Amino acid sequence: MAIHADKNPNHPVENPPNPPLLKGGFSSSPVEKDTSSSPPFEKGGQGGISDFSNYTLPDEHGHFGVYGGMFVPETLMHPLEELRLAYAACCADPNFQAELDADLRDYVGRPSPLYHAERWSRELGGAQIYLKREDLNHTGAHKVNNTVGQALLAKRMGKTRIIAETGAGQHGVASATVAARLGLECVVYMGEVDVARQEANVYRMRLLGATVVPVKSGSRTLKDALNEAMRDWVTNIDNTFYIIGTVAGPHPYPMLVRDFQAVIGREARAQMLERTGRLPDALVACVGGGSNAIGLFYPFLNDREVAIYGVEAAGDGIETGHHAAPLTAGRPGVLHGNRTYLMEDANGQIIETHSISAGLDYPGVGPEHAWLKDSGRASYDAITDAEALAAFHHLTRTEGIIPALESSHALAYAHKLARTLRPDQNILVNLSGRGDKDMHTVASLDGLVL
Amino acid sequence: MSRIAQRFQQLQDSKRTALIPFITAGDPTPQITVPLMQAMVSAGADVIELGVPFSDPMADGPVIQRATERALAQGVSLTAVLEMVRQFREHDGTTPVVLMGYLNPIEVMGYAQFAQQAAAAGVDGALIVDLPPEEGHDLIALMKAQGLDLVYLLAPTSTAARIKLIGDVASGFVYYVSVKGVTGAGHLDTAAVAAQVGAIKSLIPLPVGVGFGIKDAETAAKVAQVADAVIVGSAIVSQIETLAATPERIPDTIGNFLAELRQAIDAVDCSVTSRAAE
Repeated sequence: MAIHADKNPNHPVENPPNPPLLKGGFSSSPVEKDTSSSPPFEKGGQGGISDFSNYTLPDEHGHFGVYGGMFVPETLMHPLEELRLAYAACCADPNFQAELDADLRDYVGRPSPLYHAERWSRELGGAQIYLKREDLNHTGAHKVNNTVGQALLAKRMGKTRIIAETGAGQHGVASATVAARLGLECVVYMGEVDVARQEANVYRMRLLGATVVPVKSGSRTLKDALNEAMRDWVTNIDNTFYIIGTVAGPHPYPMLVRDFQAVIGREARAQMLERTGRLPDALVACVGGGSNAIGLFYPFLNDREVAIYGVEAAGDGIETGHHAAPLTAGRPGVLHGNRTYLMEDANGQIIETHSISAGLDYPGVGPEHAWLKDSGRASYDAITDAEALAAFHHLTRTEGIIPALESSHALAYAHKLARTLRPDQNILVNLSGRGDKDMHTVASLDGLVL
Repeated sequence: MSRIAQRFQQLQDSKRTALIPFITAGDPTPQITVPLMQAMVSAGADVIELGVPFSDPMADGPVIQRATERALAQGVSLTAVLEMVRQFREHDGTTPVVLMGYLNPIEVMGYAQFAQQAAAAGVDGALIVDLPPEEGHDLIALMKAQGLDLVYLLAPTSTAARIKLIGDVASGFVYYVSVKGVTGAGHLDTAAVAAQVGAIKSLIPLPVGVGFGIKDAETAAKVAQVADAVIVGSAIVSQIETLAATPERIPDTIGNFLAELRQAIDAVDCSVTSRAAE
């Protein structure tokens, strides 16, 4: 793999007077300088597609190739247009960006650290593993990067009521958190099944003043919570802002959630350059809807020498059919406002998914991932429940970091990948959340009731 | 002229308002759907909207969600729905049938195949809830080539520009969603609906049906004063739900209900016609 030192004289240094806003997402002031002085995006090069030098997707209609778009009832077309315009206005407003940067710094605790997991790397006996510590954010996961941004947007739009869907409860907690801070009413939709398996997070949301509505339709999990939130939004469109928690849904959501999460990758890119003097050889992140993954990947898309791996949930194993891996084992279709890879039956009905981690238990995936897969820029693979659990325990015992079960999928994949690489190569893993919320799940597998 | 256009032309000539019932195909059993469609025609239905079950009906309220789940539990697929229409057509060559559903089952079947098979089965048009015109170019062209009408929703939030955009691709009729919300929601503000229907008619030349929030003869009569068609869904489907254990009673019960609505609508049409004649 090619290795580029910082400020390589062969590459003209692109240093715009103002960081690009709309397409590049928002900058985070603590690392802005480092990021903008890093090597420019390599043009051409190896890989399955011809040009990632000027990545500007999605197009104005929200398409990433054939994926994405706005597949929604007419009732939502106008509100989505209003949202698109409001977001564009915020992107062009330096005050908005300043407010966001201050919130990310003072409230979320950014920049999050980059941690070299030396002991774990040594045990694995391959590449060096660096962890982007999103688990150290306020509320314990990457989700808050997005909810802080969308809540500011909601405030700007004059909305007084926030709604959200949640699976594991992390996005629900992050939404309830920002709603509490801004004094907004908050209603969180959560599948009845998830309410039962994520009791602690349900209680956290209620403590924060949110109303948690258990969703009893369909499979009673995340996808049904999303349906229910859409229904609420259609009904209460005048005063309500829908904070979608992942890079799925109709345009502009996949774009704006990505832009808010891209702070992860911008910081990590600068931190890796500072720490190691070069870009990482590979990125690894877990993919449910895919917001933590796109947040890490996006600022590296033009760095062709950086390999990108997204890790889905293989559940009991892809061959069993009990999994949540649409990119690995699904096919394209239309759900929740966008065209993407889905888990569906022969008649186009969405099928129930399985993963030990509620946050990956979703039958679709963000449309940008679908496009990155088809274009060959990123590779997607899947990790079973058992492999994720092993990685969960391994990291906990060797580094004293208890990862979320979602993030444990990325760790398990990094474990496999590290062994194929040399000790002087570096893997950057997004540790998207902490494992406190998973204590019940893991304990029950050990036969304990907490 | 399509079967839907013909039907609206006849209605206009006789100064009558259309009654368009909605049912979910295969709810509660696949066997009852065709007899139910026939009973609805006998009771005065002018066009039938037939819901194609989808696992994630995000624009539907709880009543139609549950109907969808009942039908899916019976394994009702898009192919099975087309077969029901084919059977209905064996005895009824004139009543238009419009499929109402979501895009994904059509994506999986394939656009060309859907357009061809729907036309062959005797379907007259489709309302694909999550397919706005902007995303629908390929399917629209294939459906039009088969002579199928494309029915679109219009909402209280639709701007004049969007109404015109939809008017450019819609055919048969347009369906004005009278309340902000999902199917089965809310109460009806007749004055607001009248104003919006007028605005729509000033922008596009198609008949305007009004649905969402029509629960009984009284609300049907109110809507009949301002719309070209009265569309009733959840009020029918909730009665089907209460009879799910005795499906054989469904055609008569729904037939009686529609006959009441028909009577109320006809009474309005008569008074409007006679007022116009004075």
